[in-house]
Amino acid sequence: MMSDFNPLQEQESIVSVTDRVLPVAIGASVTSVHFLGDKAAFVGAEEKVTLVDPAGAMSPVEVAFGGILCSTSDGKRIVMGCDDGKVVVLDRDGTVSTFATDAKRRWIDSVALHPDGAVAWSAGKTAFVQAPKGEVKFFEVPSTVGGLAFAPKGLRLAIAHYNGVTLWFPNMAGNAEVLEWAGSHLGVTFSPDNKFLVTAMHEPALHGWRLVDGKHMRMTGYPARVRSISWSAGGKGLATSGADTVIIWPFASKDGPMGKEPAMLAPLKAKVTMVACHPKQDILAAGYSDGTILMVRMTDGAEILVRANKGQPVSALAWNAKGTLLAFADQDGDAGLLEL
Amino acid sequence: MSEATANKIPVTVLTGYLGAGKTTLLNRILSENHGKKYAVIVNEFGEIGIDNDLIIGADEEVFEMNNGCVCCTVRGDLVRILDGLMKRKGKFDAIIVETTGLADPAPVAQTFFVDEDVQAHARLDAVVTVADAKWLSDRLKDAPEAKNQIAFADVIVLNKIDLVSKAELAEVEARIRAINPYAKLHKTERAQVKLSDVLERGAFDLDRILEIEPEFLNADDGHDHHDHDHGHHHHHDHGHGGLKHYHDEDMHSMSLRTDKALDASTFMPWLQDLMAKEGGKILRSKGILSFSGDDDRYVFQGVHMMLEGDHQRPWKDGEKRESRLVFIGRDLPEQLIRDGFERCIPA
Repeated sequence: MMSDFNPLQEQESIVSVTDRVLPVAIGASVTSVHFLGDKAAFVGAEEKVTLVDPAGAMSPVEVAFGGILCSTSDGKRIVMGCDDGKVVVLDRDGTVSTFATDAKRRWIDSVALHPDGAVAWSAGKTAFVQAPKGEVKFFEVPSTVGGLAFAPKGLRLAIAHYNGVTLWFPNMAGNAEVLEWAGSHLGVTFSPDNKFLVTAMHEPALHGWRLVDGKHMRMTGYPARVRSISWSAGGKGLATSGADTVIIWPFASKDGPMGKEPAMLAPLKAKVTMVACHPKQDILAAGYSDGTILMVRMTDGAEILVRANKGQPVSALAWNAKGTLLAFADQDGDAGLLEL
Repeated sequence: MSEATANKIPVTVLTGYLGAGKTTLLNRILSENHGKKYAVIVNEFGEIGIDNDLIIGADEEVFEMNNGCVCCTVRGDLVRILDGLMKRKGKFDAIIVETTGLADPAPVAQTFFVDEDVQAHARLDAVVTVADAKWLSDRLKDAPEAKNQIAFADVIVLNKIDLVSKAELAEVEARIRAINPYAKLHKTERAQVKLSDVLERGAFDLDRILEIEPEFLNADDGHDHHDHDHGHHHHHDHGHGGLKHYHDEDMHSMSLRTDKALDASTFMPWLQDLMAKEGGKILRSKGILSFSGDDDRYVFQGVHMMLEGDHQRPWKDGEKRESRLVFIGRDLPEQLIRDGFERCIPA
């Protein structure tokens, strides 16, 4: 009977799995993390990617001479854009190769990977695409490319820039569609069902288009710029950073989030900096500006503590493809692996 | 300098017409033995000879913020480049942004006011304008961007003075002062200016508004003391130091001063309203304020409609409690500003 003597305290205490986290010290700033099979690949701000196996064994790989500006992965390889004009690929077996070099050695600002293996990158106002065995094709947009995303079907590239997004079919000459919306678009993503396109803007807002008719969707109300977005399993919701709760926009209906309120989960007295949805279940991981990491069940908002509020803002968060491993890191390179 | 400010990377904006000596000054900054490393953001990437490890090409892409304010423009490329550079923190101590001769400095400065990520890591140190003593007078007549660059400057390096006569130099100096009497002016040959005169100026640091007071105060001293009493309209074109008096047709500055404590509850709404309505014309503004019932000095500065202000420190014993404001702008509605200011002074 004594055990439920203080029910209030019990309600407030949160289930914690912090003691099950395998700590990893990367030792330098981490900007993203991906999984190559069951190895977590922590991408540094400069020079290195550190591969860490589930037992915690680390193997650093030199991939660049300077800064690594952007990265993406399909689970088989990581494509990175560097500040010396190189697009670098790190394979599953740890092999590093230079995929492309910008003729003017400009910064490679964004990269994207197609499920079929095509790679896209951008430097300045130009977006480039190279399909496996194909030649390099490029497309120039009116202003600097803010983000790239491949459509889930067909070889179609969304190129975000000022005042909108250009949808380009690299295999069709001169056929590009422009979706306009005033402002600077810094990131872009297709919904997994290929029905919606969403951009993260310079101002604290997302903008969306329904692709069938170009109908606009404004997603505003954020206190800070949205830097991290993640589609939930099946694409029913789009989880985002930028507020002191995880904001999840509903995309299950044909109208997307139009006229609907987003779900707001896991409020803390800190800003959400990273989100990563579980690949199979309605669970997401959220990292905060005070270093906290939570796992959140999207159906009811139940929370599990993965990392306490110590340290630097969380800068990297990812699940492996099976959803059995969660990797995270903060700006100082304080990282960890959690096996579920 | 506050601790938070000290931890931010200082950014110096270098403007000026092509051929004025920007690249010469830039190369001096980079090559001099100061033990500091600079990241340099240039516009004509790869076309000018600059010897530095970290050179980034910019595109001078200006976009309007979606906040309904047309003068609220920012440099999108700078947001992106500064974001990328912050990944290499520790590899450099300061950043220099070189702009083209045709660029308006306002969007560069405003980028530091409106972008939270830029603000978190970097601080605007000063706008340094390099001007060609031989050609500036002509440019001020035919090129609005030249006027913008002079009006906006915290530091003006008047270069190539060896190529002009004394009379020509006096004329160009008077023309500069007609537009901007508050900037530090350095007359040079081959951009030979002390680096401490162009770097680490803290011109946008509220805590250091005090340090720029001499220029601030002496600029048109003797004419200004009574201008709000007498309603002089053309106080601003009275030069100093024996310079000819010029009046620039559209770009000029004005100052306000009172030794009576201002009423904060009248003054702040007036200032905000003024900036909201006339901010498009006001390029730069600065002020040190004495409010009634407040023992702290209040300082503010602004770029167009963007204002930032804070209590700076308590007034010192024996320090004259005076409010001083400076506006530099194009077609300033001077009478409107003076009348509005008058109404903030309790009778």
